[in-house]
Amino acid sequence: MELLLVLGIPLAGAALLAAVGHRGRAPEVNVLMSLLTFAAAASLTTRVIADGPLLALNELFFVDAFNVFLVTLTAFVGFTTSLFSRPYMRIEAERGRLSPKRLRLYHSMYQMFSFTMLLALLTNNIGILWVALEGATLATVLLVSLYRTPASLEAAWKYFILCGVGIAQALFGTILLYLAAERVLGAGGTALLWTHLNEVKGSLEPTVLSIAFVFLLVGFGTKVGLVPLHNWLPDAHAEGPTPISAILSGLLLNVALYAIVRNKVLVDGALGGDLAGNLMMGFGLLSVVVSAFFLSRQRDIKRLFAYSSIEHMGLATFAFGMGGTVATFAALLHMTVHSLTKSAIFFAVGHAAQKVGTQVIDDIRGLINVSPAVGWGLMIGGLAILGIPPFGVFASEFLILTTAMHDHPWATPILLVSLAVAFASIFSKVQAMVFGESTGQRLPHRPAALPVFAHLAIVLLLGLYVPPYLAQWYRQAAQMIG
Amino acid sequence: MNLPLSAQLINLLAALMLLLAFGMLAQRRILTLIHLFAMQGAVLTANTFVVAFSSAQTHLYYSAVLTLVLKVIVLPWILHRLIDRLNIRWDVETLINIPTIMLVGIVLVILSFNLALPISELAGTVNRSTLGIAMAAVLLAMLMMITRRKAVPQVIGFLAMENGLFFAATSATYGMPMIVELGIALDVLVGTFIFGIFFFQIRETFDSLDIHHLEKLKEK
Repeated sequence: MELLLVLGIPLAGAALLAAVGHRGRAPEVNVLMSLLTFAAAASLTTRVIADGPLLALNELFFVDAFNVFLVTLTAFVGFTTSLFSRPYMRIEAERGRLSPKRLRLYHSMYQMFSFTMLLALLTNNIGILWVALEGATLATVLLVSLYRTPASLEAAWKYFILCGVGIAQALFGTILLYLAAERVLGAGGTALLWTHLNEVKGSLEPTVLSIAFVFLLVGFGTKVGLVPLHNWLPDAHAEGPTPISAILSGLLLNVALYAIVRNKVLVDGALGGDLAGNLMMGFGLLSVVVSAFFLSRQRDIKRLFAYSSIEHMGLATFAFGMGGTVATFAALLHMTVHSLTKSAIFFAVGHAAQKVGTQVIDDIRGLINVSPAVGWGLMIGGLAILGIPPFGVFASEFLILTTAMHDHPWATPILLVSLAVAFASIFSKVQAMVFGESTGQRLPHRPAALPVFAHLAIVLLLGLYVPPYLAQWYRQAAQMIG
Repeated sequence: MNLPLSAQLINLLAALMLLLAFGMLAQRRILTLIHLFAMQGAVLTANTFVVAFSSAQTHLYYSAVLTLVLKVIVLPWILHRLIDRLNIRWDVETLINIPTIMLVGIVLVILSFNLALPISELAGTVNRSTLGIAMAAVLLAMLMMITRRKAVPQVIGFLAMENGLFFAATSATYGMPMIVELGIALDVLVGTFIFGIFFFQIRETFDSLDIHHLEKLKEK
């Protein structure tokens, strides 16, 4: 029941906002719909905590410890981003960058995107997972080009073509997986259901599954933004409206990584070896290194944090690749704290860019004088994402590094150097933007400070103390993923 | 070699599929490209029908009908409408070095046959030998996307890639479960609409549908 609400509310919201999304109160409707989705997700979560994994509607939906925490996270960040989007989009509209028609498209597709994300997380069918992820691209592609500037059109086109080709590889991987599954489970609906596949994963044909996993990793990896498939990511983040950058970084990348990990569980079961893990470690490490070195060259504030997203997703992919309970626990924690911190940063960045009217880092100075909330939000968020203790990112990075030191000592220096380079680049840039002579102006609407500090407070809390039930989830999920 | 009639038909259709993929790779006229794409859809439909008949898989009849409606009628119709409204019906693209592209294509075909060999030995379908061709069709469509400079042919390449994937699904597994196939069809349809909207946006902004306008965002 809660499950249907979690999916039904955003879908209804998309339809409703498609009709009234251009009215003056549309941002509030958007917030309300997202809040209701979050409430439904929270109640679904309490039920799963109480009753254990849940299969529903002809086994079409499946909720376990792994996806339930992502569902809550997705609904929560969806809600806080809608809070941020309310003043942000109003200011954009008043500055004449958006027509009412485009606002309607924006609000409707915002809800549609939530729907596809939640569908991708909740479905038990690997084919539907693919369909939902492709749907998420379709929902966001017109939002990236919302401003209709030449650069935003280019970014959207790149996003569409690259993710389209990537996701086609993933479809081929899914077909191969189905081929292997069909021999064990028989043709028809059940051969793509993850729960069934998980039961028989030991007897799936290893050759087919190893080829399938390569296609799946490349395909979904494009969406995670793994190097060298990351080209669309900085452009799409920089050129789209900032709330979209926040949910792309905070949610879409997580869900794409979720798709890879779900498939990895099956492939590991069939192969018994480390092929999938090694591939993920390779891609993850490459992403961390390359993005860390690209960070210092960025002049656009949103591109800077987009590269930082590639770095952190690479780190999480690497941790999932190492496998084992501790590394997987760390990867799950890292996904959570990165999603919260990065979206908080994008909220602050969005208002900062509005204040000074540019996204060029060199032109943003002295934020703290114009608006203490935005300035401190960016400063604290920047410190949190760099892994300064006591924030949650420190805890997860520390766990990943210690596990790497134990299992794969050769990787540790590479990771440490990359993290140090990333630290130097981001810290110097953020510090210059926050302090110094101010250049900004007052905004017609109060900036949304609440979502920024709510996220950062949770990240701080997670760094100091992981509540027992949350730790319990992570542990259950980590054991299942192995 | 004495193959049953259905198997011969399937092989014939697979050969046609590959031929059409090469044809699209070398075709410079946008209008002819759309015709070729529709023909590939028709071959795909025929193939699905023959496989459905010879393997007695009833759900494949539905997916054949779905293919017919989507890939032979609706998508080519949308594309025709688009090139009419954009007034590029008679556009000819300059393609450099068609022989080289063809040679690369042949290498891709050999590659995909090699890659498909271990997989097709495992498949229990009547038409498993065509998996290599399906893979080749996917890769050739990707090659087409890479070599084209204009937006519309790139999108046709994208759709042709989907054709190849569908062909792969039929030859390896008798098609995906119906619910997944419907979802994929929906995504493709919505995707084509969005591409259509994009054409107008790009044209409005740049006054042309040349992709080289879209190569400004780079790392300095």
